[in-house]
Amino acid sequence: MFKTIASLKIGEKAFIEKLCLDNIPLKLLEMGCLPGIEVQLIQKAPMQDPLYIKVNGSHLAIRKETAEKITVVNY
Amino acid sequence: MGVDKVIKVALIGNPNTGKTSLFNQLTGLKQKVGNYPGITVEKKQGFCKLNEIIKAEITDLPGTYSINPTSMDETLVLDTLLDEKGNTFPDVIIVVVDIENIKRNLLLFTQIKDLKIPTILVINMVDQMERKGIKINVPLLEAQLKTKIVLASARKKIGIEQLKDVLIDYKKLDTTPISNISERIDKEYFTKLKNAFKEFPLYKSWLLITQIQEFEFLSEKQQELVLKFREDLDCIKRYQHRETILRYQIINEILKESFVVDTAKATDLRGILDRILTHKVFGYVIFSLILLFIFQGIFDWASYPMDLIDGAFASLSSWVKTVMPPGTFTNLIAEGIIPGIGGVVIFIPQIAILFTFISILEETGYMSRVVFLMDKIMRRFGMSGKSVIPLISGTACAIPAIMASRNISSWKERLITILVVPFTTCSARLPVYAILIALIIPNKPVLGILNLQGLTMMALYLLGFTAAILSSILLHKVLKINNKSLFVIEMPNYKIPSIKNIFYEVVEKTKAFIFGAGKIILALSIVLWFLASNGPASFKNAEETITSQDKNKDISKEELQKRIASYKLENSYIGYMGKTIEPIIKPMGYDWKIGIALISSFAAREVFVGALATIYNVDSDGEDVGTIKQRMAAEINPDTGKKRFDFPTGISLLLFYAFAMQCIGTLAIVKRETNSWKWPILQLVCMGVLAYVSAIIAFNFLS
Repeated sequence: MFKTIASLKIGEKAFIEKLCLDNIPLKLLEMGCLPGIEVQLIQKAPMQDPLYIKVNGSHLAIRKETAEKITVVNY
Repeated sequence: MGVDKVIKVALIGNPNTGKTSLFNQLTGLKQKVGNYPGITVEKKQGFCKLNEIIKAEITDLPGTYSINPTSMDETLVLDTLLDEKGNTFPDVIIVVVDIENIKRNLLLFTQIKDLKIPTILVINMVDQMERKGIKINVPLLEAQLKTKIVLASARKKIGIEQLKDVLIDYKKLDTTPISNISERIDKEYFTKLKNAFKEFPLYKSWLLITQIQEFEFLSEKQQELVLKFREDLDCIKRYQHRETILRYQIINEILKESFVVDTAKATDLRGILDRILTHKVFGYVIFSLILLFIFQGIFDWASYPMDLIDGAFASLSSWVKTVMPPGTFTNLIAEGIIPGIGGVVIFIPQIAILFTFISILEETGYMSRVVFLMDKIMRRFGMSGKSVIPLISGTACAIPAIMASRNISSWKERLITILVVPFTTCSARLPVYAILIALIIPNKPVLGILNLQGLTMMALYLLGFTAAILSSILLHKVLKINNKSLFVIEMPNYKIPSIKNIFYEVVEKTKAFIFGAGKIILALSIVLWFLASNGPASFKNAEETITSQDKNKDISKEELQKRIASYKLENSYIGYMGKTIEPIIKPMGYDWKIGIALISSFAAREVFVGALATIYNVDSDGEDVGTIKQRMAAEINPDTGKKRFDFPTGISLLLFYAFAMQCIGTLAIVKRETNSWKWPILQLVCMGVLAYVSAIIAFNFLS
């Protein structure tokens, strides 16, 4: 199974490996979610969704369904 | 003073960059809010004197992260920048970026720069630079970005004068794009595109073909070409992604040399606040407390100025009657216009208080945490975390609330929010509730600290929210809309709110309400007064008819006057209207007088109280100016001999007003925002049926 942003632990950092371009909106890329960029899961909302992440210097909240489509690799 | 040159300036930036602060600093109170043609997005414009002869007309465009729009207000930025013949097309653009998020902010800058319009970069919040350990090499950055940079702190008034100087010399700005991104993507493709639209900058042509919308300013031939390019959607999508990745690469390269951050200096106050404010228990507790505090403000604090306003207008009316010669004109002023204006002014305290709270929550950055906290819950009802803001705003007025739903990018979530917002208890319902509660619910303490009337009011608020939630669940199940949701929100850093920004925001929102809804209320009050003081032949002969009746022979002069007035009202135009609908409203327990109030409040709910005031004012002999409440309490139902506003009738009215869609302004805004008559008509019918049925059930059950 691929590791995605959704499967990170709180505080854990990883690098974005691939964004599934058909499912990921352009807006997410424009907000700084790019392949090769470090992403950190900061917090999960109650009920585990949405996810609060830090990526490329930006603090963003994205829904779990979106996070599951972004695969990551550890160092 | 001769000002003979106006430069058109567009202010653009990501949300939370202090763009509005800068706008307020530049324009001060010389602002105007208009609407863009065809849509209801507010157009904020203001003037700023640059020197003795040059003035800047500044348009504050909605905040956006990219030039590629994902919601209605973002579309506006693109439209403004692409339509060269449009009347807001700028001579020069100011892009505002926040020093802390400069990397992401520069994406928008590089896109705009490629349109070859003179562009100035304002780096805002530079007063934070030292504290955050940031160093910028401005001359180097200016050379790399091919622009003029102004370091500013809009809140501390740093850099404003320098910005004005740069604006004056805008013609000297470099308009070449930052780098040849298109060549790095696919040289052949972009050469083809360039040759197809020789009249446009290449990036503009690229934007034209990547959007789904139609651009009205294009000629027929250009439209055709655009459509032909759009056919290869996969290719466009791929290149858009490439473009974004390349832009970030360029930005990273640039910033590597000219921008240094010493991360050791960053503090983690944000992290601590986040952990508390979005905590699974404390987060909700804090949010509930804030909501309670807001409602306390709307009810409790607002009631003092509201009572003052109410009293002032009542005494103004009676004063006018004593000083002006009796006649139609005096009556028009004292019974039509003054109560009409009073009916608008009385809402100002509540609306101002509510918008003060909302803008504080937005300014501090807390609102994003609420969205984060509530998103999963709201999604069960087919809405988004972002729907929370419209639902709270709805407690002031549904019109700005529906407009606030514009940043919800999923159409289904936005539509459901728009459809259910009118159920929330807006301030127009408050005077109706207040007067009815005062009439039917005893003012008794409950459990020592609470009050029965207050509790009833709270129950009505809960009823509104429950109706909104239940109908959203229903809509979520019924509406078959492909919901390709896109939910990305920025979690901005916490900020101390700027009093100036809040003040402008509140003034603007209140003004919009007064001039929007206010006009309708005032006009209706006057129409109503006219309909109540004129009528067909039977109305004109009222005096003779009553005086000649045998049963009226032996009564006092005062009693006679009262009977004449009452007869007049019954035979006025509005009396006839009320009587016509009486059979329909009888099952709910209403008579023709309440019918008159119902008819008039189909335009706007608050007119109910004004209408009753007019009715009972005309009905009384006009000299005893008591409060409306006293007059309503004294009214007797001739069928039962009991009070007209008894418990069953009161409850039935409360339910009717809680559910019915009685607001022309809201219907108009829903039509404009959904671009179809289908949704406002659906709202009107469904809410009307619900109101009618529940009022009938309640009345018959209770009596």
